[in-house]
Amino acid sequence: MYPRPFTYHRAASLKDAAATLAELGPEAKLLAGGQSLVPLMKLRLSSPAALIDVGHIQGLNYIRAENGAFRIGALARHTDMAQSAAARHVPILHDCAAGIADVQVRNWGTVVGSIAEADPTGDWAPVLLVLDTEVECLANHGRRSLGLAGFIQDAFTTALRPGEVMQELRVKATERGSGGCYLAFKRCAPVYASASVAVQLALEGATCRQARVALGAVALTPVVATESAKALEGSDLNAKSIARAAEAAAASCEPPCDGRGSTEYKRALIRKLFTQAVNVAARRARGESVEVSHHYA
Amino acid sequence: MPSVSTSANGLLQLQLTVNGKAVRAEVEPRTLLVELIRDILDLPGTHIGCDTSFCGACTVLLNGRSAKSCTLLAVQADGGELLTVEGLERDGKLHPVQQAFAENHGLQCGFCTPGMMISAVHLLEHEPKPSEQQIRKAIAGNCCRCTGYQNIFRSVAAAAGMMKG
Repeated sequence: MYPRPFTYHRAASLKDAAATLAELGPEAKLLAGGQSLVPLMKLRLSSPAALIDVGHIQGLNYIRAENGAFRIGALARHTDMAQSAAARHVPILHDCAAGIADVQVRNWGTVVGSIAEADPTGDWAPVLLVLDTEVECLANHGRRSLGLAGFIQDAFTTALRPGEVMQELRVKATERGSGGCYLAFKRCAPVYASASVAVQLALEGATCRQARVALGAVALTPVVATESAKALEGSDLNAKSIARAAEAAAASCEPPCDGRGSTEYKRALIRKLFTQAVNVAARRARGESVEVSHHYA
Repeated sequence: MPSVSTSANGLLQLQLTVNGKAVRAEVEPRTLLVELIRDILDLPGTHIGCDTSFCGACTVLLNGRSAKSCTLLAVQADGGELLTVEGLERDGKLHPVQQAFAENHGLQCGFCTPGMMISAVHLLEHEPKPSEQQIRKAIAGNCCRCTGYQNIFRSVAAAAGMMKG
């Protein structure tokens, strides 16, 4: 399968990419790792007239700690994230980075590119939504910073303006006593998740002081499950409170019935993944080291 | 690698190292890496299976990182270092991974084998003593429709042993 013909432009810097994007207009797309864009172009679901390749720019694959946050550069790959200090400090980042697709895709796909694509079944958005994440954007006329929740507007649609590129993501480091977990269910490694759950909890003794819950692949955008989080906050974590919150999470979405399963099946997945994720998150909040990753059928 | 030269007819002039040799090639911007490898460089050991980033038959190492070459554009490899299955054998001697696949019946029809072996090489370069779980995860992006995978796991484990010794 061939993509439709396009013109190729290699960016020397992100600034250069933004300038070229402004010049070429909306028919131009940015190419980073290409792990989503190239398949979309081969299937002709997307046929940009021009590609601006940022993949040859040096020094953009950083993930570094600065002022209590982790800065994720535009070209940091999933593999870079899985091996980063950020993923050791914030285990939910590791859950996601080490489980996305397969080794080959993780070696080339980027975290920032995944957010820029805003695929409803993407893994990163739910994870980064339960953390404090800012999106740093760059254009000819300057920079701006947006919260991730406002950045993702619809399926495959972000708040990026014409001529604007994503420069980096900034994820606030979590505090002691906070633990998270991301679990996705998929039929085999290379496919998208059927449903996924991200949870980040802050505990005080047995009591959940703060909770954040986000669901992936069950709607056109990731779902921030506020009612589910509220059901956990202020309560002791036990089978009963977790079951109540799991029910609230399942009720907060209307998953589309498709080749990955029926609405009810996906709701059942959400309940189960949620319960497991809360248990792992709680153990991590108490300082335990727990390794989990995506579930396969 | 800030610029790429373009010929008058819109073709991109690429320079890269393929299995240790410097090569030049002219491609359309939309040429896939697997097409460059098979059709232009005449290295048909890298297979096209699903052509949708699923099966891993087209797996190669680009700059030391395994990649599905049906899901990269050829131009993404410009200036890079590529290893295909043809580059595993050195001076008539099989790579330990090739030797292990042969000895452990790690293939039946052989279609997935080039990609499978490249994924194994990538694993063993990063993890010389892989656990069974690590081997399973390492080839999760490579489909085999014949073997049921058991002999492939055995082959990779045997290769790890051979490379250690």
